[in-house]
Amino acid sequence: MHRFLLEGLLGRPLTEKPPVPADIEELGAAMAKAAQTRLGRSLSIRQVDAGSCNGCELEIHALNNAYYDLERFGLHFVASPRHADVLLVTGPVTKNMAEALKRTYDATPDPKWVVAAGDCAANGGCFAGSYAVVGGVSEIVPVDLTISGCPPTPTALLEGLLAILEQSARPAKAG
Amino acid sequence: MTSILVHVDQLPTAFRTAPMPRHRVDARQWNQAGEALAAGELTLLGLWAHGATVHMALLDQAANRIGIVSLGNRRGSFPSIGRLHAPAIRLERTIADMSGLEPEDAPDSRPWLDHGRWGVSHPLGKLETSWAKAKPYPFLPVEGESLHQIPVGPVHAGIIEPGHFRFTAQGETVVRLEARLGYVHKGIEKLIQGGDLERGMTLAGRTSGDSTVACQWAYAQAVEAALAVKVPARALYIRAIMAELERLANHLGDFGAICNDAAFAMMLAQAGVLRENVLRAADTCFGHRFMRDCVVPGGVSRDLTAEGVATLQALVAAIRERFPKLVALYDNTASLLDRTVATGYLKPELARQFGAGGFVGRASGRDFDVRRNLAYAPYDELAFEVPARDDGDVNARVWIRIEEIRQSLSLIGQCLVSLPDGPVRAEIPVAGEPREGIGLVEGFRGDILVWLALDAKGRIARCHLRDPSWFQWPLLEAVIEDNIVADFPLCNKSFNCSYSGHDL
Ligand code: SF4
Repeated sequence: MHRFLLEGLLGRPLTEKPPVPADIEELGAAMAKAAQTRLGRSLSIRQVDAGSCNGCELEIHALNNAYYDLERFGLHFVASPRHADVLLVTGPVTKNMAEALKRTYDATPDPKWVVAAGDCAANGGCFAGSYAVVGGVSEIVPVDLTISGCPPTPTALLEGLLAILEQSARPAKAG
Repeated sequence: MTSILVHVDQLPTAFRTAPMPRHRVDARQWNQAGEALAAGELTLLGLWAHGATVHMALLDQAANRIGIVSLGNRRGSFPSIGRLHAPAIRLERTIADMSGLEPEDAPDSRPWLDHGRWGVSHPLGKLETSWAKAKPYPFLPVEGESLHQIPVGPVHAGIIEPGHFRFTAQGETVVRLEARLGYVHKGIEKLIQGGDLERGMTLAGRTSGDSTVACQWAYAQAVEAALAVKVPARALYIRAIMAELERLANHLGDFGAICNDAAFAMMLAQAGVLRENVLRAADTCFGHRFMRDCVVPGGVSRDLTAEGVATLQALVAAIRERFPKLVALYDNTASLLDRTVATGYLKPELARQFGAGGFVGRASGRDFDVRRNLAYAPYDELAFEVPARDDGDVNARVWIRIEEIRQSLSLIGQCLVSLPDGPVRAEIPVAGEPREGIGLVEGFRGDILVWLALDAKGRIARCHLRDPSWFQWPLLEAVIEDNIVADFPLCNKSFNCSYSGHDL
């Protein structure tokens, strides 16, 4: 084990340069409600699978690997919606999960943002129209940002989350 | 020996190249099949309904043959197999939910996938609008002194799929776990119905995202068998490369994640890097990190270039160099082994009874691998070993995965060296008559079964997708018994069943 620790100390990090945050107009309005003082440069993310095929989850997991190293940006995953600023929701919302998603949203304190990750979360994807599916995440809770892809790459996810981070760090507009 | 065995008559050489026949049976023979399953003479591969008919896929493991028996219209019901053979119970509950056919004298008549929220009932049968409100689910009663219950889910603490687990514990020790699944049911089998082959491929690839190559391969096999399509050799080799990359990525990821659940985070970091390397190589070679939509009926949608071959050769060499160090680290860390050894023991009898596929079965003495036992091209031309042992704990499942990573590296290496030249996609004909075919592929979790019925125009009349998790989820409930609650994540990760693949 010591060899591994030593390698880690002496070797060059694998972690890559951060991508440029996505430029997203749609965030502006939502972010006006942000109080920077309350959030600082850190966001807690609660992931909710509302019906995904588990492909999106795999790429969200990848954000934690050494190449993307999500935590260096002050972004980290939390176990409870009560600790979360951001709900990262995947999948078409199934009818069997709709209530759980709504309840998770309600349990998340304000201010909060909802990110719909993946084509399914955007509009139901290839499952749209099924008797068992409500549709995209916005059918159940208000969505602030959509990240497309099937699944979105870790880089795309990172771009989106960084954009939220930037917006949340801006001083809230008066009014 | 029961006479039903004569219906389990299909060798791989037959069902992999031609439409899959079915044997119509009467209720007496149907029951005989149930008895043969209960006696361990046969293994249940699948049980599903099409219209008013129930189909049962059976495996004779000693003879490496399979067969499908069908029981026709009996006014909306069929004799329960679950009353003789427990692994059929959830499949029958699903048939009742989806098709409205009732298993007679079934031991468990609770709904399974239908949570009372669809607004319809029996989506695959006589679809009816249902106004019924969702009712509370009656969990099995538990009686005894000083027991308490811990409900978990459907929304879990980690980044995992949703499902509900109801633990009953006495102090720290779990006396019963009952899972309730179906939360991610998307109605895939209904969505496929009436669709064209492409629609089927899209949805098959999205039943369980981590097994997208294996699922699409099984689906493609079913199409190709039904229509007797000959797939070019190069396409078969490329499929095998993709399937082994998928296995590699999943095993590497889970190896790290299992250790992480035993609070050994360093392994997750190390294995996570190797997994990412696999996904990046897949992206470079095939244009998608999970190689989704690359296996198509008739062949593959992406050829492998010479640069691709070089990328993969470098990948294999790099993992071969790095991975043994991680294995040594696992094997030499006493605090880690202390958590994995003797935890979550799965009895070989149970693995056999449930026909548990993949590393779950192979770590508990069920020496079965579709790539070998019901061989399909190109595995019949490649050299590989199927690791098996019978100590059945978390550690055993970890070691099976370690061995399989080695085998996958070897298989990819072999395919790259002997990659045939030629086209990578064959034409798909229209049969002009109804056809049926079966696909069976060894995914990283175990055997994936796809049964497909096409109409005369080549549209999909019925497509049944059976994930290996169907026969593994119930076993997870068995292995956690007498373990402490805190070891559940470890046991669960060592199984890593698919929620989506199961819920469909
Ligand atoms: S967007 Fe794609 S990967 Fe994500 S849940 Fe939907 S089908 Fe799966």
